[in-house]
Amino acid sequence: MSSADVKAALPDTALVSAIRGGDQTAMAEVYDRYSSVVYSVALRVLGDTGAAEDVQQDIFMQLWRNPDAFDASRGNLGAWLAVISRNRSIDALRKRRPESAVEDVVLSVVPDMVGDADRSRFAEKVRGLLGAMPSAQRSALEMAYYEGLTHTEIAAKTGEPLGTIKTRIRAGLTALRKAFQS
Amino acid sequence: MSAHEQFAEDLALHALGALQGEERIALLRHLDTCSECRQELAQLQGDMALMAMASSGPKPPQRSRQRLLDAIAKEPRTSPASDARSRFNWWAAFGWAAAAAMFLVVVQVRRENSLLRESVSNLAQMTGAQTVELANARRSLDALTAPETQIITLSTAKSPPRPQGKAFYLRDRNSLVFVAGNLPQLPPDKIYELWLFPPTGSPIAAGLFKPDAKGNATIVNPPGLPAGVEAKAFAVTLEPATGPHDAPRGTGVMQGGA
Repeated sequence: MSSADVKAALPDTALVSAIRGGDQTAMAEVYDRYSSVVYSVALRVLGDTGAAEDVQQDIFMQLWRNPDAFDASRGNLGAWLAVISRNRSIDALRKRRPESAVEDVVLSVVPDMVGDADRSRFAEKVRGLLGAMPSAQRSALEMAYYEGLTHTEIAAKTGEPLGTIKTRIRAGLTALRKAFQS
Repeated sequence: MSAHEQFAEDLALHALGALQGEERIALLRHLDTCSECRQELAQLQGDMALMAMASSGPKPPQRSRQRLLDAIAKEPRTSPASDARSRFNWWAAFGWAAAAAMFLVVVQVRRENSLLRESVSNLAQMTGAQTVELANARRSLDALTAPETQIITLSTAKSPPRPQGKAFYLRDRNSLVFVAGNLPQLPPDKIYELWLFPPTGSPIAAGLFKPDAKGNATIVNPPGLPAGVEAKAFAVTLEPATGPHDAPRGTGVMQGGA
């Protein structure tokens, strides 16, 4: 069994420990596992392959420089990287400095997905849930999530009251959670 | 709902980075002190991860993998020991600054403690004096009202014992103590009733009572006595046991003018 094969069998926490010790092959394995989701999120937000690649590079370099920023007790690595990718992409979209430190991203409830098949099934389920949402709710959630619009901006764009926008966004997020918990 | 209602929607916006201005500042302040809302924020960020994981699209270009590997090869990880050395002076400087700040805080706290101790001492003295006064008042009241109090009626020789009563009325404080003795025992359907007679107007009911086996009875601050009423006289009547009554209609037992 090659070193790469061994790495492929390791859990995320073991890979992060190896990265902490300066193991470059462990970093390559993390990239192989999660670059698709990191890049997909960045591309969906930014709509530009070059910009998405830059965000992806920036995120993996941050993990290499500071692997302790990831705390396994706060969520699984793939979900953590995906949220950071979304946040960094929104910052890039709005041409603003990063507003939240990666250490601030604390996750819970996200299921652990080991292989590509798991992740694919999972993504399909989330897309199904989003598709089943009322269109106004899904639209408010996507504008906040993928376009990084504030609730004030969404209210101005849609002509809806601020309170309604707030309620829709929160209800949309919690509906996803409930669907996964059930 | 697991989080505080007033912050629930702002938490969702904050998780998305969509909360700004004063609302964001207020929420950050609240998060510093509320573990329940921090937990809810983690849940919402988990919800965000669900959306992120649902994104699908083309895989990143092959060159980006090599670009990353080249970059990390140029930045070998520094050892924890060298990290510690590079941070050492900063931490030491921070430590001294913290110690100096702590010294100033201690001086201020000691000064405030001294003032507080002085206030506590004064309050303790006042409390002690009030406790003595209260004990004296309670002893006096006990002498008037306790069942074991010896009540000796003095009278001229050979005169038969007759019902007697004394009303101690302090109008300004709305306080009335009535002590009676030598009262005949009552049939079950009868009761004594004390009346306060103001200078004008109708008499006011001031309490129902039955004598003990020795014919003694007391009333202390009867409920319902109006405040500040001037008393011209007090009287006791024998009334039906279904009192209190709005006016004396029974037999007079004793009376006395103020």
